[in-house]
Amino acid sequence: METLAQPDPHADQHGSHHGPAKGFTRWLYTTNHKDIGTMYLLFSLTMFFTGGIMALLIRAELFQPGLQLLQPEFFNQMTTMHGLIMVFGAVMPAFVGLANWMVPMMVGAPDMALPRMNNWSFWILPFAFSMMLSTLFMEGGGPNFGWTFYAPLSTTYAPPSVTYFIFAVHMMGISSIMGAINIIATILNLRAPGMTMMRLPLFVWTWLITAFLLIAVMPVLAGVVTMMLMDIHFGTSFFNAAGGGDPVLFQHIFWFFGHPEVYIMILPAFGIVSEIIPTFSRKRLFGYASMVYATSSIAFLSFIVWAHHMFTVGLPLAGELFFMFSTMLIAVPTGVKVFNWIATMFRGSMTFETPMLFAIAFVVLFTIGGFSGLMLAIAPADFQYHDTYFVVAHFHYVLVPGAIFSIIAATYYWLPKWTGRMYNEAFGKLHFWLSFIGVNLTFFPMHFIGLAGMPRRIPDYALQFADFNMVASIGAFLFGFSQLLLVYNIVQCVRKGSPAPAKPWDGATTLEWTALPSPAPYHSFQQPPQIPTGSSR
Amino acid sequence: MNALCVVSALLLFAAPPGAEAAWTLNLPTGSTAISLAVYDLHMLIFWICVLIGIAVFGVMGWSIYRHRRSKGAIAHEFHENTRLEIAWTVIPLLVLLGMAIPAAGTLVKMYDTDDAALTIRITGYQWKWRYTYLEDDIDFFSNLSTPDEQIQNKAAKTEHYLLEVDRPLVIPAGKKVRFLLTANDVIHSWWVPALAVKKDAIPGYINEAWTLVPEPGLFRGQCAELCGRNHGFMPIVVEVKSDADYRQWVADQGSAKAAEAKAAARAWSKDELMASGEQLYLRNCAACHQANGTGIANVFPALKGSPVIAGSVDQHIDVVLFGRSGSAMQAFADQLSPAELAAVITYERNAWGNTRGDLVLPAQISAAQKKAAGQ
Repeated sequence: METLAQPDPHADQHGSHHGPAKGFTRWLYTTNHKDIGTMYLLFSLTMFFTGGIMALLIRAELFQPGLQLLQPEFFNQMTTMHGLIMVFGAVMPAFVGLANWMVPMMVGAPDMALPRMNNWSFWILPFAFSMMLSTLFMEGGGPNFGWTFYAPLSTTYAPPSVTYFIFAVHMMGISSIMGAINIIATILNLRAPGMTMMRLPLFVWTWLITAFLLIAVMPVLAGVVTMMLMDIHFGTSFFNAAGGGDPVLFQHIFWFFGHPEVYIMILPAFGIVSEIIPTFSRKRLFGYASMVYATSSIAFLSFIVWAHHMFTVGLPLAGELFFMFSTMLIAVPTGVKVFNWIATMFRGSMTFETPMLFAIAFVVLFTIGGFSGLMLAIAPADFQYHDTYFVVAHFHYVLVPGAIFSIIAATYYWLPKWTGRMYNEAFGKLHFWLSFIGVNLTFFPMHFIGLAGMPRRIPDYALQFADFNMVASIGAFLFGFSQLLLVYNIVQCVRKGSPAPAKPWDGATTLEWTALPSPAPYHSFQQPPQIPTGSSR
Repeated sequence: MNALCVVSALLLFAAPPGAEAAWTLNLPTGSTAISLAVYDLHMLIFWICVLIGIAVFGVMGWSIYRHRRSKGAIAHEFHENTRLEIAWTVIPLLVLLGMAIPAAGTLVKMYDTDDAALTIRITGYQWKWRYTYLEDDIDFFSNLSTPDEQIQNKAAKTEHYLLEVDRPLVIPAGKKVRFLLTANDVIHSWWVPALAVKKDAIPGYINEAWTLVPEPGLFRGQCAELCGRNHGFMPIVVEVKSDADYRQWVADQGSAKAAEAKAAARAWSKDELMASGEQLYLRNCAACHQANGTGIANVFPALKGSPVIAGSVDQHIDVVLFGRSGSAMQAFADQLSPAELAAVITYERNAWGNTRGDLVLPAQISAAQKKAAGQ
C-alpha cells in the first residue's frame, strides 16, 4: 500500500504523452471517461433545450382556451416527444455523464472499467435520437400516443412512424444497459485500496444502485416494445383484444419498467444532493449508513408498486389495496433521506453558493413533489387525481426542481474541477432565483387546475381552467429562457473564468477535491491515491 | 423561502371557494356520499402533509437562518443518532397506518357494485360515448356539441365550452346506478368529478363502477385517458332526474323510436337530406375527415374526390354502415338512424365538389342493414 501510493516519477511525462488527440477523432474514438462524460453532458444539454422548446410550444397553445397555434394531432406529438426526450435524452444521459466524470475520480480509479464499451454506449445515443426526432417529419407524423405509449393507441391506431420509435427505444436501452454495466464494473472492481464500500461517496452508492435498476428494467422496456413491433408487423395479438390479447398487459409490463425508471431518474439526484449539502454545511453527512439502506429500500420497493399508475384500470380490490399500501411505504425511506439532509444542515456552518442554493431548493421542492406523491398513493383519492394536471404537477415537481435542479447543482459544483476555472457566482445566483420562481410559477398552479378537474394531454380546455393555465404558461417561459443563463455561465467559465484552486469549496472531502488538481488531468489516478484511514465518512 | 411556500399553500387552500370559479384551488366536495368520503380522505392526507411540511421546513428554515457561517456558526461534529433515526422511521410508519385504514374503507365501498337499481353500459368510441340501458331498450351516442367555430376562435366561447353534449346520460336520483365500462377502439376513461367516478373503458374488458346521486342536477366530466386526436373533445354530461321525471324520460325514448321509424319510411327531398346531412357530418365525421372533406394526409383519407364515393353507391353505404376493420373508420350502423345515415351519405356524395348527383334514401339504408343481418 505504501509503495503503491508513491508517486511515479514518470507519471507526468506519461500523462502528457497520452493527452487528448486533436480534432474530431478525439471525440469519435475517445475512451477517456472525462471526454465521454463531457459528450454525455453536452448531448443532454442539447436534448434539454430540444424538449424544452416542445414544452414551450405546449404551454403557448395552452396559454388560452381554443386552438391557436397547434392542431390536436401535432399537440399530441409534442407532449409525446417532450416526455420521451426529457426522460431518455436529457435526464438519464446527464446522470450517466456525471457518473462518467465523477465515479472514477471519487473511487480513485484511472478510468471506467470498460472504456471502449463506454465510447460505444455514448455514440449510440445521437443516432437513436436522430431516428426518433426524424419521425416528426414522416408521413402521418411522429409518435402521438404519450410517452407511456399505451396499446392499442400505440399499435393498431398508431402512425406508421411508430416502428422507428420502437427501434430508437431499443437503441437507447442498449446504451443505458452498457452504461450501467460499466458503472457497476468500475465501482465494484476499480476502487482504490482502502476505499471500502461503506466509504464510497454517496453519489457513487446511489449510482451503483441505479445501475442495478437499469439492468433489471431496461430489458423489460425492450421486451414491451418488441411485443408492440410483433403486434404491428407480424400478426401477433399481445395487446389486441380482438385477437385474444390484453391491452392491460401492456400497462403492467410498461410500468414494471416505468416505476423503477422513476427512481433511476431520482436516486443519482439524491447522491448529488448528499455530496453538496455536507460540503456547504461544513459538516459530515448525517446518517451515512441509513442513507445507503434507505436508497436500497427505495430501489427494492420500486419493483412492487408499479400498479399505482393503474388504479383506474379496474384492478381487483385486493390488488388495489396491495399497491396502495406498498406505495405508501415508500414515504418511509424517502422521509429518512429528507430528515438526514436537514439534520446535516442543522448546526452546520452554512454558506449559500449556487450549488447549495439548487440543492436546498431540491430538498424543499422534491419534498413537495413527495407530498403530492403520498396523496396520489391513496387509491380512492387517486380516482380524482389520476390523469389530471395534479399528476402533471406531481411528477414535474420531482423531475424539474428534483432531477433537473440536482443536475444543475452538480454542474455548478463540479465545473471548477472539470474546467479549472470558476463560474460567475452572481450569474449563478441570478440563474437560481429565476429558475426557482419560474419553476414554481409553472408547476404550482397545475395542482389547482388538476384538482378543479382538468385532464392532462388535452390541447384545449374548458373556461374555468383558463386563469391558472395562463399563469403556468408565463412561468414556463420564464423558466425556459432562464436556462440560457446556465449556458452563458458555462461558456464564460470555460472561456475566461478565474483559475480555480484544487479545492475551491473548503468543506469538500471527497477524492476529486482532495487528491487532484483543478482542472483534473486528462489521466487521473494512474497510481491509486492514499485513502485516509479512520472514519472518513 | 420554504416557510413562505408552506404559508402561501396554506392560505391558498384555506381560502373559501370564491365567487369566481376560475381561481378555485381545491378539490370540489362533489355531490355523492362517495365523493364526500373521497374529499375527506383528500383533506386528511393534505393536512398530514402540511403538518410534516411545517415540521421539516421549519427545522430547515431555522437552520438556514441560524446556522450560517456569515453569522459565525461553527459546524458541530455529530453525524448519527440511532434513537432519532429509529424515531423518524417508526413515526411516519404509524402515521401512514392511520391514513391507510380510512382509505381502505372507502375503497371497499367504491368496489361494492351490488344491489343496483339499473345498469348502464358505457362504451368509449373515438371520440364519443355510447350509453346502453340494459333494462330498457335505450341506446344512444353522446357527442360534443360545442361548435367548431368556438374551438377555432371564430365565435365567442359560451359558458360550458367543451363540456356540453348533444345527448346527456340520464339517470334517476336516489337510486344506485351500476355502470359497465368498455371501449370499441382504444382505451378511454369515463370521469365525472362530482360523482368521484373515474374508470377506464378498455377494449375487450368490462369494468364496473357505480354511483348514487341523491338530488337531481347536471354534472360534467371529460375523457381522462389519451385516446387520440380528439381526446380533449369528448366530454361527459350526466343529467340526474327525479324518479318521476326519469320514468317519463324512459317512456319518451320509446315514442322517439317510433318517430324515427316513421322518418325512415317517409319521402325525403335532396335539399332536406343535404341540410340534415351537413349537420350530421360536422358532428360525426368532421373530426377525422375534416369539415371541408380533405381529411388529414396519410392519417384520415379525404372524402373530396374519394374513390369510394366515385365507386358504386352500395360500397359507399357499406363503408359507412359497417366501417373498415383495422382502421379508425367506425361502423355507424348503430350510431345513426337510417334517415340520418341516408342524409350524411347523400351529403358526402354531393358536397365539396363531389358531383355524384344521386340521393340515398332511408329505405336503401334499411335494405342494406337487412341484407347484412341476413348473411
